[in-house]
Amino acid sequence: MTFSRGLSLGLSWLWLALFSILPLSIVLAIALARPADTVPPFSFGFDPGNLAAAASDPLYRAALWLSLRTAAITTVGCLLIGYPMALAIALMPERCRATLLLAMMLPFWTGFLMRINAWIGMLRDDGWINGALVLLGFAPARLLYTGAALWIGMIYTYLPFMVLPVYARLAKLDPLLLEAAADLGASPLRAFLRVTLPLSVPGIAAGVALVFIPATGEFVIPDLLGGPGARLIGRVLWEEFFNNRDWPMAASLAMLLLASMVLLPLAAWRILVRRGFAV
Amino acid sequence: MDLTVHRGELFVLLGGSGSGKTTLLRAIGGFVRPDAGAIVLNGADLGRMPPHRRPVNTVFQSGALFPHLSVAANIAFGPRQRGMKRTAVAARVEELLALVRLEGFGGRRPSELSGGQQQRVALARGLAAEPSLLLLDEPLAALDRGLRADTAAELVALQKRLGTTFILVTHDQNEALTMADRIGVMRAGRMAQVGTPREVFETPANRFVAEFMGVTNLWKGTVGGDGMTMDVPLLSAAIRLAAPTAAGPAAVGVRAERIRIGAVSGGNQLRGVPERSVYSGETVTHAIRLGQNGIVFVTEPAHGAAHLDGEVTLSFPPSACLVFPR
Repeated sequence: MTFSRGLSLGLSWLWLALFSILPLSIVLAIALARPADTVPPFSFGFDPGNLAAAASDPLYRAALWLSLRTAAITTVGCLLIGYPMALAIALMPERCRATLLLAMMLPFWTGFLMRINAWIGMLRDDGWINGALVLLGFAPARLLYTGAALWIGMIYTYLPFMVLPVYARLAKLDPLLLEAAADLGASPLRAFLRVTLPLSVPGIAAGVALVFIPATGEFVIPDLLGGPGARLIGRVLWEEFFNNRDWPMAASLAMLLLASMVLLPLAAWRILVRRGFAV
Repeated sequence: MDLTVHRGELFVLLGGSGSGKTTLLRAIGGFVRPDAGAIVLNGADLGRMPPHRRPVNTVFQSGALFPHLSVAANIAFGPRQRGMKRTAVAARVEELLALVRLEGFGGRRPSELSGGQQQRVALARGLAAEPSLLLLDEPLAALDRGLRADTAAELVALQKRLGTTFILVTHDQNEALTMADRIGVMRAGRMAQVGTPREVFETPANRFVAEFMGVTNLWKGTVGGDGMTMDVPLLSAAIRLAAPTAAGPAAVGVRAERIRIGAVSGGNQLRGVPERSVYSGETVTHAIRLGQNGIVFVTEPAHGAAHLDGEVTLSFPPSACLVFPR
């Protein structure tokens, strides 16, 4: 091993140890600690009770389940909207692609809270959407602080994280393969299903991971758009930490969330590999 | 362009880059739409048919194998799309793997095969749906030299055995001569000549084909009133022709291999000074200067080739002269 190789490897490991393994160990240590009326509000020990409670308490379970469900809906929504977008951009002539990608990214240069506030303005009872509905002769609908508003906000926010990896994969696809498929008798739809789609699976997998994992822990969008019913795990965790000051419980919930976010995509990926979709 | 390819024939489209040979192939495959005219296969006009409905398959230059599918699934792709039953497809795949001598390779991915093996899979995939016409775009270009001759011979044997009509595109005249039943030499989107390898090689229809088929000595001149001699100013010589030719400006071509060093009676004779010799293994090619600007190329077998010194006499029979109108 050369010196420079050793140095770069060593630095990577140091970085990982300092900013990933160490904080994670601290969180785990707090999860195993007991709550106490001190500053900080816990005393170190080995008490797996918090972890067990986090995993078994119906309230937390409901929150975790709601989070996973919301993240799943967000991921599917992003995929259904993002894949056709990515495909359309990839099929454009090369000189148009950069412009279209830029157009997609442009809104994301404004602040995140600004954009969510804009959605509140649109979704409000007297907002633009309801205004348009009334103008067209429909009854106004309750939108803000519903599940639909939450999903709209989530899908809107996470869409680029799906489009970009899928686009990157589709742009690399050899157009000759589609010609070959057509030549062998595949209609454009069949060629898409048997060639384009399977070859874009790694891009989809990357997009799913990039959307699903952060969406599971999301707590700002549910707080602003979802109303009091949207008790997602991120929000519950926030409450345990800042309102109840139960650090061991908050840390246990964080560990639980982490475990579910690591294990679920891993399981999904293994299924894909086993079924021969992933190259 | 008007071209008829016969059923069961191995037809080779030969031309340099930009001659339109690949475009013609893509038009038959359905990937380029002709502005005008018709492409008729067994009486049916393919003109407006999308590629996936045409009973024509293509072997692409790069192979264009599906990287995510196994060799067997690649071969099965065509028959499956045409609605063949699963069990029948499996049998067909085995049959084709045997045909291209890749038994046991069905489970591999294309990336696990060598270039030659990939090309054979591409061929098997093209043949799997039993097309009435198989198009091959430079199928040997990706192979290294040693493998190319063998694969060419195998391809011809396979075509003869199956009786499928092949249209093969190449820029390599040697490949065209050894493989083709007939050759179509293309230039700038037009057919410069269509004929058997022997016809195209021995009696090229025009100067372009002659040059493309390796006639290195091409001189401008004027055919005399008797139609049997041609005056070539560059060589300061009059050349006797074998057959009567219309008088007037023309060009004459003589293959370098047809010219002998030394005097041979009854032939055309020229005298010149050797300038340089190029050794290329089996043969040696001498460049002989005649007069001020005339260069005559003479090729002779390298074994026993004379070392040239001083003025030499060159002879070639009138029958070696190919005359083209100018």
